[in-house]
Amino acid sequence: MALIVVENLVKTFKVAQRQPGLWGAVRGLVRRQHRSVRALGGISFAIEPGELVGYIGPNGAGKSTTVKILSGILVPTSGSCTVGGRVPWKERIAHVQRLGVVFGQRTQLWWDLPVIESFDLLAAIYRVPRADYLQIRDEMIDLLDLGPLLDTPVRQLSLGQRMRCDLAAALLHRPEVLFLDEPTIGLDAVSKLAVRQFVKTLSRDRGVTVILTTHDMDDIEALCSRVMVIGQGRILSDGSLEALRRSVTSERRLIVDLVNEGDGVSDPDALVVEHTGRRVELSFDPQLISPAELIARVTAKHAIRDLFVENPPIEKIIAQLYGRLESSSQP
Amino acid sequence: MTDVLYLYGRYIGVSVRGQMQYPVTFVVQSLGILLVTGMEFVGIWAMFDRFGNLRGWTLPQIAFLYGLVSVTFAFADAMARGFDMFSGTVRRGDFDRILARPRSTVLQLAGQELTLRRVGRLAQGLTILTWAVLALDLTWSAPTAGLLLLTIVGGVCLFSGLVVLQATMCFWTTESLEVWNAFTYGGVVAAQYPLNIYRAWFRQFLTCVVPVACVTYFPALAMMDRADPLGSPRWFQCVAPLAGPIFMLIALQAWRVGVRHYTSTGS
Repeated sequence: MALIVVENLVKTFKVAQRQPGLWGAVRGLVRRQHRSVRALGGISFAIEPGELVGYIGPNGAGKSTTVKILSGILVPTSGSCTVGGRVPWKERIAHVQRLGVVFGQRTQLWWDLPVIESFDLLAAIYRVPRADYLQIRDEMIDLLDLGPLLDTPVRQLSLGQRMRCDLAAALLHRPEVLFLDEPTIGLDAVSKLAVRQFVKTLSRDRGVTVILTTHDMDDIEALCSRVMVIGQGRILSDGSLEALRRSVTSERRLIVDLVNEGDGVSDPDALVVEHTGRRVELSFDPQLISPAELIARVTAKHAIRDLFVENPPIEKIIAQLYGRLESSSQP
Repeated sequence: MTDVLYLYGRYIGVSVRGQMQYPVTFVVQSLGILLVTGMEFVGIWAMFDRFGNLRGWTLPQIAFLYGLVSVTFAFADAMARGFDMFSGTVRRGDFDRILARPRSTVLQLAGQELTLRRVGRLAQGLTILTWAVLALDLTWSAPTAGLLLLTIVGGVCLFSGLVVLQATMCFWTTESLEVWNAFTYGGVVAAQYPLNIYRAWFRQFLTCVVPVACVTYFPALAMMDRADPLGSPRWFQCVAPLAGPIFMLIALQAWRVGVRHYTSTGS
């Protein structure tokens, strides 16, 4: 049985139109004109217990609307959604008791309090029994290396330290489902790695079901076995990262380091996309020419120091997918 | 219920410790409030010094009303601060976080802050109330003391209810909420004077719509053992403070409607 089932979810917002100028503002108090904006246009998916799913899409695509509906914060216009058999907005309190939410941009800790006191207060809010609380708290302190931070007021923490504390805070009540909203935004490389490592451990060792929204494709590559792409309120793609790559483009890259700087590389079946110094980057379609054949042809013609084949970066694939979306929406 | 009180106590502990990190600020602000509200009463005293009485009310009698309002409003203002700041909470998106926690929204907002500096107003109110009681030479019995307690509780409920209603408006608009100050602060000022000085429509407004007279004027008459120039019966004066909790329940009902509106619009 899937843990999260979403069927045909639609969410339409009414946005008040502002009239320009002072007179418009006065008129707006009396009568407002509304415009309907469709944030979700009927999305469906199912997530099994223990899955770690990346949920990506351009800004305004409907990511946070979906997460808010799944968290019981918003009621959809139509469609259905259950998490562990419960309808989030109908049984808000029972539902959020099993849910952890981390917003990368906002902390849920108390600004002026030492970290440890925020933890204590959260345990009281979630009604975690004392013994359970002490156990999970110590596990989290250990896993995220929070020992030296516990007595520091939250406002004095660096962003990376704060994020580690926020992750711990979201897990004190042992949620089955965790929503991570851009957990690595603004973090330095070391902190990013620490957060990823932690999420991986959480998913693997504790079986927590995780939905991760992010703009950082390295997060997706490092963590997610499954990626859902949303654009303009619709699910554009749902599957493994490999499948996503294949569905968008079959393009591969051959990168060649030449011996002599002055040489050029050309081949009828490949396109030079970049040429800087000794390095030449060729783009080719493996269905037209096999990598082995291309390499053979290039090495026969030129003096080569090194070469390798790689997939185009995931950012480019996503950009291409979003680009298609935009061009298809133009009349 | 004990669980709710326990959590409320924890919240308040956090709020108090937060404010005590800046003890000088707390002392200065409390003294400031004491001075400002104290001056307000000096103004009333000066007026009585010049004119003697107000429609048959003497200074100690007015002071009794005034002290009662100050004490109740100080409590309500300190306790409902989370609702008073609610427009910012909505605008920052922090209400989403509140909904994502397994507790009632009212408990979480009420626990957000207990504003200690209101102790300045409380001190002013208690001083004036004590002086009025001594000057009026009131005789205290258990029923009178009970009525005083009921009046204060009713007043705290009523003024908190007004702040909750003001916060409820934020679910529809976070602009032009200053209009509501006319009801909260306006209600406070209006309640500091005896009801019989006002015109009939305003008397009805203060008794039935925003019933501040029910938690000040009417019970104060009973406690001072004074006949109502408007002719209200004594039994009514004694049960009138119940309007406070009733008003509060209505405000909480409106709040619930507001939360439902928020979850369907998310604005």
